[in-house]
Order: sequence, then structure tokens, then C-alpha cells
Amino acid sequence: MKNMSKHDLKSNTIPAVVTVGPVALLLLLLVLAPLILVTVMSLCQTDEFYNVVYRFTLVNYSKLLSPDYIKIYGQSLLIAFITTLICVLIGYPFSYVIARTKSKKRQLFYMLVIIPFWTNSLIRIYGWRTFLGSSGWLNKLLMAMGVAAEPIELLYKTGTTVLGMVYCFIPFMVLPLYTAIEKLDASLLEASSDLGARPVKTLFEVILPLTSSGLFSGCIMVFIPCLGYFFVSNILGGGNTDMIGNLIERQFKSANNWPLGAALSIILIVVTLILVKIYQKLGGDMDSLGV
Amino acid sequence: MGTIIELTGVNKIYGTNHVVKDLNLTVEEGEFLTLLGSSGCGKTTTLRMIAGFEEPTTGSIKVEGESIEEKEPFERNVNTVFQTYALFPHKTIFDNIAYGLKMKKVPKAEIKERVLDMMDMVQLTGFENRYPSQLSGGQKQRVAIARALINRPRVLLLDEPLGALDLKLRKQMQLELKRLQKKLNITFIYVTHDQEEALTMSDRIAIMHDGVVDQLASPKDIYEHPATRFVATFIGETNTYDGCVTSMTDGVATVTLENGAVRVKCDDSFNILEYATVSVRPESMRFDTKPHEGFELVAVVKDFIYVGSVLKCIVSLPNGNELKIERLSGQELPEIGSRIYPYWDPMDGVLIHNDSYKIFKALDEIKLA
Amino acid sequence: MRKAKKEKRIKRLSIVFCLLVYLFLFLPIFVVVSNSFNATTTKPYLSWKGFTFDWYVKLWDNSALLESFGNTIIIALASTILATIIGTLGAVGIYRYKFKGKGIINGLLYIPVVIPEIVIGIALLTIFTNANVPRGMLTLILSHVSFSVPYVIFNVRARLSGYDKSIEEASMDLGANRVVTFFEITLPVLMPGIAGGALLAFTLSIDDVIISYFVNGQTKTYPLKVMESIKSGVSPDVNALSTLVLVGTIVLVYITQSGILSGKHNKI
Repeated sequence: MKNMSKHDLKSNTIPAVVTVGPVALLLLLLVLAPLILVTVMSLCQTDEFYNVVYRFTLVNYSKLLSPDYIKIYGQSLLIAFITTLICVLIGYPFSYVIARTKSKKRQLFYMLVIIPFWTNSLIRIYGWRTFLGSSGWLNKLLMAMGVAAEPIELLYKTGTTVLGMVYCFIPFMVLPLYTAIEKLDASLLEASSDLGARPVKTLFEVILPLTSSGLFSGCIMVFIPCLGYFFVSNILGGGNTDMIGNLIERQFKSANNWPLGAALSIILIVVTLILVKIYQKLGGDMDSLGV
Repeated sequence: MGTIIELTGVNKIYGTNHVVKDLNLTVEEGEFLTLLGSSGCGKTTTLRMIAGFEEPTTGSIKVEGESIEEKEPFERNVNTVFQTYALFPHKTIFDNIAYGLKMKKVPKAEIKERVLDMMDMVQLTGFENRYPSQLSGGQKQRVAIARALINRPRVLLLDEPLGALDLKLRKQMQLELKRLQKKLNITFIYVTHDQEEALTMSDRIAIMHDGVVDQLASPKDIYEHPATRFVATFIGETNTYDGCVTSMTDGVATVTLENGAVRVKCDDSFNILEYATVSVRPESMRFDTKPHEGFELVAVVKDFIYVGSVLKCIVSLPNGNELKIERLSGQELPEIGSRIYPYWDPMDGVLIHNDSYKIFKALDEIKLA
Repeated sequence: MRKAKKEKRIKRLSIVFCLLVYLFLFLPIFVVVSNSFNATTTKPYLSWKGFTFDWYVKLWDNSALLESFGNTIIIALASTILATIIGTLGAVGIYRYKFKGKGIINGLLYIPVVIPEIVIGIALLTIFTNANVPRGMLTLILSHVSFSVPYVIFNVRARLSGYDKSIEEASMDLGANRVVTFFEITLPVLMPGIAGGALLAFTLSIDDVIISYFVNGQTKTYPLKVMESIKSGVSPDVNALSTLVLVGTIVLVYITQSGILSGKHNKI
């Protein structure tokens, strides 16, 4: 601005710098710069000691196309998809019931969804492993009931990983759905039935369209992070159900090929961008992803 | 009594939107001045520039002879009553009202005394510990006024302060505000779009239209001598006739219309063959069953509307324009569909220069040149 | 009559369904809590050997575990305070002032929220390594701030959307300058949003595994300590500590829920 007046300086420029400056600096240094660096690194080589050498190459991207990796991408997408689907199927009716509870208990029901999250997630996943293990409660129960003669191996299967993922992410589905359903005006449902719609019709014509925002943001908040949650498949899948996250983790923590790990991360970034674009196209509000 | 606020050549432009155009306005000390106009006319922007929330694009604003454009709102000795009340939701009524004094670091004991006095004055005693959300609209309004007045400002700015109240409460608050203003002898600058409110309360009214003050005068003057066609139609009900001044004798002009001619008083500022507008209030209109001297106006009675003590005749001219003529209830009425001849005492009408005509004339001159 | 019966059946069904979901959510917690009372002393501490309080006593001798827990609390407090300050200022600034690059800042804010944590983790690791920042407490705190700031901003922003800006003008009109207005008016009115954001930031920080895993260096946080011990079997003193934390947070949140968050007169 050419003729920036003193008034403007005092009432806009200085306050803007003071308030937005810190967050802008933070975002530039700890979000944008790191991601740019990862992108650059994905195009770099390593020397024989696995140090990153900043020389251009596409070799990391060509490695991404190896059949082993492609199998894992497919597996990751499948696990994330099934997880999301189950979260919707369980989460929607569940959120609906608690959000439409009329009494004061509604707050309590809501808190009961959040409380488990104050216990460390690793230890809860480990709790599942204890529960499902060969000497765990479930096997003991099954044998006591005579259903099984000897312990059944329940761990280290795709299903176990999905169970852990559903467990980790179901609140991210329930909370946005709860918010959307709670906002739903009861008189709309009455109006729909007054106008002759049966309950199922009301569900598809009124309830689902009006709560779709919560549904979409729930799906985004389940599907995307699911791809990167390497420790769930580590603990419950025992290495049989690797996901993209496990591949990345290995490149940075044991195989020490950071450029390759960076290239693998680019896949996750691209998937995220595509899904977020779809989400926005469907009319999703970005802010509701974080509240 | 002297000038307390002086706006000189004030313009406010937002992007391509010229909201206030070359505004000159002086406010006298102790007066109740109303800025009246429909939404978007620039009245609220003018008020906000005086308060310091907006900065004039060009021009100067002086309070007591001192330029204040560079001053922040908190450095100005004016206070505002907001349209939305803007009460602090997290503070009690007492703390809301005490806020300005607290900022001035007035001793606690004095704050308490003054706040309680002020609460008494606006009839809110006993509400000290309530929160704004626990008050009714009218009570919130009183808090907003008390909160501003306690600072003893030289000028109080009020931005449609009664807009959110229902009619009965609004009438009551109008009187109360006027009483407070007289009692405290503070200059009020009042923004409203409600002409009745403006006429009831103001010492002077500035009628704003498209960022320009069309007329600044007392309510009586504005009603009886509207300066522009806009003012005439905006304030109260009126009948207007656009025509051409064809003769002027002894301060009475004959104006020839599209379908007839009428007579109206005029002054020296008018010229023969000038296009002008005649404005006559419905209560000044008369009619007869035969043509009246000097008037060539024929109309057909369309409808009657009862408004309490008076009755309004709607009559239509041959060109389709409708006129309103007020009669006392109980007076004999013509039949609907019958032909009548409207007229008035030339002294009761007002002749107004027709701005739009000036523009045409200027264009003609440009073309001729 | 048939209608009433049908409704009753649906209601009963939905209650059973919800109970099952809650069972699913709480089952591993029951396992964790019950294992904290397990008298077993042999790895991997899975079989039940009777009831004991021993682990709650032994816990206090496990200095490595306590230290990691202390680190987690320090990091969570530090990052929550920083994120809350930066986020609140930022939310107000973005909402209120005109400046270039607002769109970019808004866009960047969504990244830590939507992108898988592992990507943020390796990206931060990379930048810290390249900038020669020694990994440890500092990098952990910085990383936690960077992923929790957006949550604070979104929470405060939600509060701002129903906010009448004229109360700030009123404050300035009554003689308060911008700084006083911020502390007297803006901050208290936004408090529920700020508190919600801070609570979220704290929760995210104490439970963070993935990002901490990449940027921790030699500093162990409690979740990382758990991760380490999972390989050889989690010993019941970890369960004991988790149980204590769970009880502690429930009490804490009960207090805050009935206090700040339900500010009665803070309606706007």
C-alpha cells in the first residue's frame, strides 16, 4: 500500500504482525519448509554410508514401483477403506443415538467416547493384544465355553490390524457425526414424516443429506491418518499387515534410506491432497476437520 | 453555545464505493442532531468516523476546534451507544458501566458512587450483579446508554440505538433519551432511519442521501420547506408534481404540468421556464366538484382509507399518478369513480428546484457547445 | 399399540447397540487396569497370577519410567502453553486484520491436521537434522506446538464466528487501548474456545507417539517408553501408571468441565 496512513499502521499493520507473526513463522519453518525439504530429498541420492547427497535422481521414485511395494499400497488402501467403512457403519447409528438423546445424559455419553483417549493409545492397543493373545481373556473364555479346544491364533492377521485401526479412529468418526446430528432440527424429521415419508425415506432424503458434512469429515479423519499409523500394524499385525506408514518408518529408522522414505511420503501427501480436494468438492468445511 | 464538531470536506471511499461525499457538517454544542437516511446513505459511516472507528479518506474532523483524525478512539472525548448495544457479556452490569471510569483510573470509591448514581438515573438500581444475558432489550439499552454517559463525554454518538426495541418501548425510550440529553446538556449525534423518531427528538436533522447531506434544518423547516425532492418524499407523506414554471406574480408561480397547471408560492431563486417540483402534503390538499381558479387539475376518486381521525382519499390523475388527499372523518365524501378538481392554497405548497432537470440542462448545454 | 411396541423394541435395540460400542471402547482399558493388579513377575506379564498392589509401589522405583512420564508432562505443558498463546493470537489476527498471504496461512494450517502424522514426523526430523538442531526436549516441544496450533486456531475461530466485534469498539470507545481491550474483552469472551483448544492440544501432546518417535533423540516420552517395552512385554507398573493417569485426567476434566468450559454468562 502506497499511502499507508498512521491510522492504518496502528489499527491494522502492527496488530496484524503481532498476532499473526508467530503462527506464520511457525507454519513456514515447521510445516512448509520441512515438507519442501522432504520433496527435495525424495529427488536425492545417498552415498555408501546412507548419507543424503543432494544430487538429482529419480531412482527413489522408480523404486516405488516395485511389485512388493505396490502390494503394500494396495493392502494399505484396503485396510484404510475397510476401517473407514466399519467406522461409518458403527459410528453413524451410534452417534445418532447419543446425539438424539434428550436428557442431560447426552453430555455424559459424549464424554464416554472421549475418556478412553486419555489413556495412552499404545497401551490400549497392547491391551487388545493381551485380550486377543493365545493366553488372553477371549481365548480363555472360548475354551471355557467349549467353543475351542485349544487357543485360536487371533493376532497377526489383517482383521486384527483393522480392529486396531477401527479402535483408534472411531472417535474421529463419531465426534463430527455427533456435532452434525446434534444440529439437526427435530422439526425437520417431523415435517418429513408429516409429508408422508416413511422412516427409511426420511433417513435418505433428510437425515443423511443434512449430516453429510459430518460424515465426510469423519471419513477424511479416519482414512488418511490410517495410512500412516504404523504402530497398530506393528503391534497387532506382527509385520504381516504392513502399510505405507511401516515402509516409511523403516526407511528412516532402520534401513536408513531417507530419500526413499521421503519419496514414499510423497505418495501419502498426494493421496491426502486428492482426498481433501474431493472433500472440498463435496462441500466439506476444512475447519470442521480440526474441532 | 458554539460549534463543537466540524466536518470539512470529508470523503470516505471503500474501494470503488464512495460512501460519504464531500461532507461538510457543523454540530452546535448541546444540540440534538440527527443523521437521518435510509440504509447505505453514509450516516453510520459518518458517525463511525467521528468516533474514530473509521478514518476519513480525505477531509478533516475537528472536535472543539482540534483536529482528531490522528487520534485513536480511546483518545477521543466522545462516546458511542451501539446499535447492538455491545455490552460485555462476561462482565456484570456494574462492571459494564464502570468500564470507562476504570480505564481512566478513577478511584474505586468514586467509581462506585458514580455508577450507582448513573444506574439510578436510568432506572436500573438493583441490577448491579446481573449479566447482560439476563436483561431484556430495553434494560440492555439503558445499560449501553449509562455506560457511555458516565464518562461525561462532550458528545454522545448514538447509532440506531432503539432499532431493536418494539414500538411501545421505542416511543418511551425516545422521550427518556430526550430528557437525559436536556438534563445532562450533552451534544447528541443520533443516527436513525426512522423519520418519526428524528422528528420527535431532534433539534436539527441532517437528511443524508447517497453520501450527501440533502438538507440540514429543524424538523419544522424540513417538514414545511423540503429543500430537495428526496427530502420532500422521504419525510412524511406528500404529493409531488413535476412541471415547468410558466409565470411568476407576487410570489406565486404557475407551474404547468403534463396534464394541467397548478399554483404555488415561490421565491426569487426560480426562473420562468425552469423545471421544478411542487410538493403538497395530503393535509393541505383540497378538492371541489368544479374547477378552482388557477388550477387545471382533474382527478377520479379511486378509494378511501380510514386512519383514525382522518380519512385519506386516493385519487388518480389522467396520467395514472395517484394523489392522497386527507379529510376529517365525518366530512361529506364524493362517490368512488366520480370526477373531482383538486387544489390547495398556494401558500401551503412548496416549490423545489428539480436537480435531475439541471443535469439534463447541463447535458443540453454541452451538446449545444 | 403396535406402533408403541415397535418403538420400544427399536429403543431397546439401540441401547444394546450403544452398550456394545462402549464395551468395545473400554475393553482394552479394563485389560490395562486389571493387569496393573496382576501379581505376575515374569515376562511377558500376560498370565494372571493373582491380585496385588505391588506394582503401584514398585512404580516409584522405576526411575526411567517416571522420568519419561515427567518429560511427557513437561512437553505437554510447554507445548500447550505455547500453542495456546500462538494459536489464540493467530486466530484473532487472521479473523480480524487484512494482510497479504492470509490464504497461504489458512492453507498451511490444514496441513498438520489432515496429513498423516508420519509425514509430519519425518519432515520435522529432516529439517531438524539439516538445521543441526540437536534432537531432544526442544525439538519435541517445537514439534508438538506445530501440530497443535491449528487445533487451537480452529477452536478459537469457531468461537469468533459468533462474536460481535462492536464490543471491542465499545471498549476502545470507553478509553481502553488495544492491549487493554485484548485482555479485558477479547480474551475473556473467547475463553471457552481457547480452553477447548488448549485441552485438545494437551491431549494430543501427551498421547503423541508417531511424531515424537522421529524427533525425540535420546529423550524418552511416556508413549515412547511404552513402545520400547512392548517388544519385551509391557510390565504391569506401566499399566499402574496408566491407570493413575486415567483416574487423574477424569478428575481433572470433571473439574474443568464444571468450571471454565460451562461459563454460564458467556453466551454471545
